[in-house]
Amino acid sequence: MSLEKSQVEKIAHLARLRVNDEELEQVAGDLSSILDLVEQMNAVDTRGVIPMAHPLDMVQRLRSDRVTEEDQRDLFQSIAPATEKGLYLVPRVVE
Amino acid sequence: MQWETVIGLEIHAQLATKSKIFSGAPTAYGAAPNTQACAVDLGLPGVLPVLNAEVVVMGVRFGAAIGAIPQGRSVFARKNYFYPDLPKGYQISQYELPIVGKGSVEIVLDDGTTKRVGVTRAHLEEDAGKSLHEDFHGLTGIDLNRAGTPLLEIVSEPDMRSAREAVAYARKIHQIVRYIGICDGNMQEGSFRVDANVSIRPPGGELGTRAELKNINSFRFLERAINFEVERQVDILEAGGSVVQETRLYDADRDETRAMRSKEEANDYRYFPDPDLLPVELDAKFVADVVAGLPELPDDRRQRFSSVFSLNAEDAALLTSSRELADYYEAVVGVSGDARLAANWVMGDLAGALNRDGLEITDAPVAPAQLGGMLKRISDGTLSGKLAKQVFDAMWSGAGSADEVILSRGLTQITDIDAIARQVDEVLAANQSQVAAFREADDKKRAKMLGFFVGQVMKATAGKADPKQVNRLLREKL
Repeated sequence: MSLEKSQVEKIAHLARLRVNDEELEQVAGDLSSILDLVEQMNAVDTRGVIPMAHPLDMVQRLRSDRVTEEDQRDLFQSIAPATEKGLYLVPRVVE
Repeated sequence: MQWETVIGLEIHAQLATKSKIFSGAPTAYGAAPNTQACAVDLGLPGVLPVLNAEVVVMGVRFGAAIGAIPQGRSVFARKNYFYPDLPKGYQISQYELPIVGKGSVEIVLDDGTTKRVGVTRAHLEEDAGKSLHEDFHGLTGIDLNRAGTPLLEIVSEPDMRSAREAVAYARKIHQIVRYIGICDGNMQEGSFRVDANVSIRPPGGELGTRAELKNINSFRFLERAINFEVERQVDILEAGGSVVQETRLYDADRDETRAMRSKEEANDYRYFPDPDLLPVELDAKFVADVVAGLPELPDDRRQRFSSVFSLNAEDAALLTSSRELADYYEAVVGVSGDARLAANWVMGDLAGALNRDGLEITDAPVAPAQLGGMLKRISDGTLSGKLAKQVFDAMWSGAGSADEVILSRGLTQITDIDAIARQVDEVLAANQSQVAAFREADDKKRAKMLGFFVGQVMKATAGKADPKQVNRLLREKL
């Protein structure tokens, strides 16, 4: 399965990755060969096989519902580019 | 042309845990910005999410309450999109294997008939933060206190055919999550959020293109938003146009919906299993224990109230509308022994006083034992209805039990005939001209004039005389 350059552009945009024109061709080729591998695996009969959600054959451990974190806002905000009134400031987003 | 409305709802219920779904930060509402956002919630490098056990219990409780087949295995997935209030660039949610599978609830329609509405699934996920768009010199302020708050997203089948049905379904889910104690249901604070998928089609035809309505924070607005949207779509289709699949925000001030963003791109979430979290596996015993711990569900309780307390359908529905109210009512009945009288007082004077003072049933100044104790004094004839209202008001103001109020204020109904007779004589002696007028009047006028004397006697006895006896004595003596 081969990807069009336009598809690569769309995927790159969704992932917020900058891929310039020279790279596009190569990335399209790389991704296509990955998809070819997936295609090959798709041919295997997997009926009766439980889809693997995680490479570790273990189940999720749970923690009890207790508050264990203290407020460290000042520490966290010391590395933020801009804050005001306790809020992180980011470039304006409008819906 | 005839159109059929098709509605499905997505409800986000905030789970009432103390800490977040994947971190030990608190979930309390209204804290100062970012004081409840820890390193995990901020998506700082190197952190790992650890699942809150209570969230799993709550999800399973909900599944059991809607008769869903328990899901032994569920998996967390990343839902990828970029927005500043989502620090990691993905939301941890569930996709192919949610914690709750197919179930259903029963709603009561306006005509009193019932209808089953399917629940497709319900899955666990983390909430995002909040963006504040105003007042930061062209920048957006981000508060991540809400980031990582546990949500149960409950997805219905497109089974509803009118705004009223959608509201009935949303109310039913609201009632259930509150009954089973997994969500406080506070819509103003965003603990219970409803999104509506609305489309129209020729009756029984293929499904039309849907619009997703967001930003609805009350049941009233849900009904209005859907009705507005249906009209909008009818206008478009009847003018020969076509409905665009999009997200629309409901604006309560203008009572309209407005396009928010095109879904094509936003919908490409590229889900995949989250490698930071292992699959959740629940054994049969765990599920059985959760089911065994469920309280009586609202529908069951309503039916029991109808049959055990001989209440009509409306009263039983009203008294079981919340678990707290139903508990209160049952406690009153337990003390007073008269289910009908208890229903009248709980739905009447008590509800009125709560409403007047803007209080919830859990904050009622009159405890069930107090109200029940007072109803006993009505049943045994100590109190008339009128005196009972005085006792109720006194108890409401913190005057203690009914018996204490009756004793301290001498509110016992006077049943001693001689005592009442003496009061009647005094009233007649003090109002001789009225007595003379009465004796000359015809029957019609007399009936009216009698009211004057009854009023005087009641006044003289501070309302404690039995009005029936006063009437009888007055007629005799006049």
